[in-house]
Amino acid sequence: MVATQAAAPTTTDVVLHATGITKRYGGVDALKGVDFEIRPGAVTTLFGENGAGKSTLMKIISGVEQPTSGTLELDGAPVRFGSSDDALDKGIAIIHQELNLAPNLSVRDNIFLGRELLTPFGSVDRSAEDEVVRTLMERLEEDLDPATKVADLRLGQQQIVEIAGALAADARVLIMDEPTSALSASEVEVLFKVIEDLKADGVAIVYISHHLEEALHVTDRAVVLRDGELVAQDEVRHIDLAWVVEKMVGAADEEVFASLDPNPGEVVLGVSDLVVADPQAPERNVVDHVSLEVRAGEIVCVYGLMGAGRTELMEAVAGRMPVVAGQVTLQGRDVGGLNVRDRIDLGLGLVPEDRQRDGLVPQLSVGRNMSLASIGDFVRGIFLSGRIENGRIEAGIAKTRVKTSSPNAPVGSLSGGNQQKAVISKMLLTEPNVLLLDEPTRGIDVGARAEIYSLLAQQAQQGLGVLYVTSEIGEAITGSNRLVVMHKGRLVAEFDSRKVDRHTVMAASGENADLAGETAENEMGASR
Amino acid sequence: MSAQPGAGLFRARTEKINWNAVFLEGRALIALILIVVIFASMSDHYLTATNLLSMTRHVAFNAVLALGMLMVILHGGIDLSVGSTVGLSGVVAGSLLQGLDLSLFDIVAYPAVWVVVVVAVAVGALAGYVNGLMVTRFRVAPFVATLGMMYMARGAAMLIADGRTFPELQGDPELGNTGFSAIGNGRLLGIPMGVWIMIGVAVLVAILLTRTPFGRWLYSIGGNSRAAELSGVPVGRVVRSVYVISGMCAALVGLILASELTAATPQTGQMYELNAIAAVVIGGAALSGGRGTVRGTLIGAFVIGFLTDGLVIVGVSEFWQMVITGAVIVAAVALDQFQQRLNHTRRGPGKPGSGARPATKPAEDKAAASATVSN
Repeated sequence: MVATQAAAPTTTDVVLHATGITKRYGGVDALKGVDFEIRPGAVTTLFGENGAGKSTLMKIISGVEQPTSGTLELDGAPVRFGSSDDALDKGIAIIHQELNLAPNLSVRDNIFLGRELLTPFGSVDRSAEDEVVRTLMERLEEDLDPATKVADLRLGQQQIVEIAGALAADARVLIMDEPTSALSASEVEVLFKVIEDLKADGVAIVYISHHLEEALHVTDRAVVLRDGELVAQDEVRHIDLAWVVEKMVGAADEEVFASLDPNPGEVVLGVSDLVVADPQAPERNVVDHVSLEVRAGEIVCVYGLMGAGRTELMEAVAGRMPVVAGQVTLQGRDVGGLNVRDRIDLGLGLVPEDRQRDGLVPQLSVGRNMSLASIGDFVRGIFLSGRIENGRIEAGIAKTRVKTSSPNAPVGSLSGGNQQKAVISKMLLTEPNVLLLDEPTRGIDVGARAEIYSLLAQQAQQGLGVLYVTSEIGEAITGSNRLVVMHKGRLVAEFDSRKVDRHTVMAASGENADLAGETAENEMGASR
Repeated sequence: MSAQPGAGLFRARTEKINWNAVFLEGRALIALILIVVIFASMSDHYLTATNLLSMTRHVAFNAVLALGMLMVILHGGIDLSVGSTVGLSGVVAGSLLQGLDLSLFDIVAYPAVWVVVVVAVAVGALAGYVNGLMVTRFRVAPFVATLGMMYMARGAAMLIADGRTFPELQGDPELGNTGFSAIGNGRLLGIPMGVWIMIGVAVLVAILLTRTPFGRWLYSIGGNSRAAELSGVPVGRVVRSVYVISGMCAALVGLILASELTAATPQTGQMYELNAIAAVVIGGAALSGGRGTVRGTLIGAFVIGFLTDGLVIVGVSEFWQMVITGAVIVAAVALDQFQQRLNHTRRGPGKPGSGARPATKPAEDKAAASATVSN
């Protein structure tokens, strides 16, 4: 936090200056008073772990969200963006991490969506638009027909379309949030060339990427966020990868949640040679011959970046996604062909990645969300027993420490962390033998994270087998007894969580592909 | 009918009575009271016991349909086929009472009334089951699936009746099939059977919705079917059942109508589905699913019925009746939307911690997309 002042530049060469930006979501502070500036003709990269506030800060700067407090200055004059259109009018464009494309429309229609070129008669001037699209595609070295439907493109090409849309806007400030996540190596090269051209034209670029080395390669200035605060910034020539990682993860002496002395019992979950096809492209395997075991009382972490196939692995094990090949066994019993409900009955539950989309029923109260999966346990005759149900809900709230004004409060009134605890509680109430958790701490604050990992450790000591997925390196190590690394659908390394450091795990996860191969092979050899 | 899921309104925190909220929450009931008061002041006849009973009898048809419709709407679907099913089940009952011509044995069979009732209800259930299969197995949108059934059931009714009416369904003591007319014309404790059937269906549906796992599942599916599925809710089974129940409700209405007129016409029940949907919507249910109550739906049915009959009694022209009924429906939904927004703002801003979404997702929020992407 002191480092903030160190490299403070002169204000003359700053396009956009953000001062004291804070953003609250419910009870969570996503940003806590960030001062940030963007310079023309340079790439500024934001580093930080998931949930550090990078995307939130970019959403505020691009007008998608409004800050809770703080001010923005454009060219030295205070400015307020009512919407992303508003920000765009003022020259700020963003390439979103999630693709915001209409798959039913063509490449051309997507690129010009909302600002179509018109003929003098007021109809859409397709030939003029096509001309612009072709120029853009030439620049991006991508051979795409403007009339192709976006749904027919592979993910990487869709990302190119998203990038082309931002380029078409001729923005002065261009924000790229994980622009390369779906691109091939050659496409990344082209993008970097385009970035150099833009810099030469004086465009200010803000870059966000999980691929640290790639980001360091393209950037001029590094800014590091951690837990909603700007903790360091410097010119790229003064720093290296180690500096970035150190600033990102902060002090290394974190609390270890998982039991230091686990006493694993029988194998409760067995996955062997599991293959899951990409629903969008069935010839590609998102989970590629994965085998792993979880024992009773053991906490196993699957560490990997977004897109490594982690979610698909979890959903396939839970019975939500069809598998192409392989076997899932629960306490020795093959559960292939059983649906989610049957697997819950047999003691296997999933806490999904996106609790808004897959975890919670917004119309139901906190309590009724929690009791939904174990409803059979409090039916007497054909009727629900409110007394038994309420007793179980109370116990669940106490066990998982859900902070709620009442079990009858709407579930939307809870903070993100407490919503997540409610979802976990819902699955715990089914008395599972194995609990799967997909990114259990996404979008929740540090305190709640600690509570969730403590809870899992406590449950494991009582014999629960836990398998969780995370892309946060710290949580991968401190929350688990054992850690496997997933990269492009495969498990590439396995570590004892007590005997591994962050750098080794990160290296194995494919953030540095060359190094990863070696390390992974060594470690796999060592752990067998 | 108590303990409605998702009613985040009755929170203990708000100690001071918020009259705006009370007004909004009770708007359907207030509208009903207003309707009664206004028409009572315009016509001496309106508020008599005879007229109230007669209006309630009219309400019962729509209410029974609406209760079935409520369950379909709770899962996030719609059932456009109920009007046709009313006609079909009436015709099935009519044809059976007129005698089943078993030419193979050279006899005409006259089934007992209870058999007729069971068969007619089963026909409604079958129509509903086909709807449910279409929606769950073949992934046809409920609107389309039930639109198809609307035509098919009406066509089937026409085929069975050959386009004609089955008259004089009172039966013949010699054939042992009398008593059918009691369903629509009989009275118990001075109250018409149709009203009793409405009460019975309402109680059953209310118990189903609030006291059984089925009801909880239904609300959760309408609220978030993905979360419901991951919680082990048998989504397909629940959805199919809901269409079956709606079909059975429609068949009951077909029987009451045929009995009341002691005649069955294949055209019976046209547009009834729209009245049922209107009643559910006026009663505060969300067409997107997950929100709605039996109490609200009943009030909605009474609002429509008492309004329509009142307009007839005071002599408003049929054309104006349509305009006024339509305006009431739209106003009810507009108020509902207003209330939803109010609830959201009172609950605090936004959903906390929704975080970033996975990279691949359908462009469901196109509105957001057009605002952000493209430029």
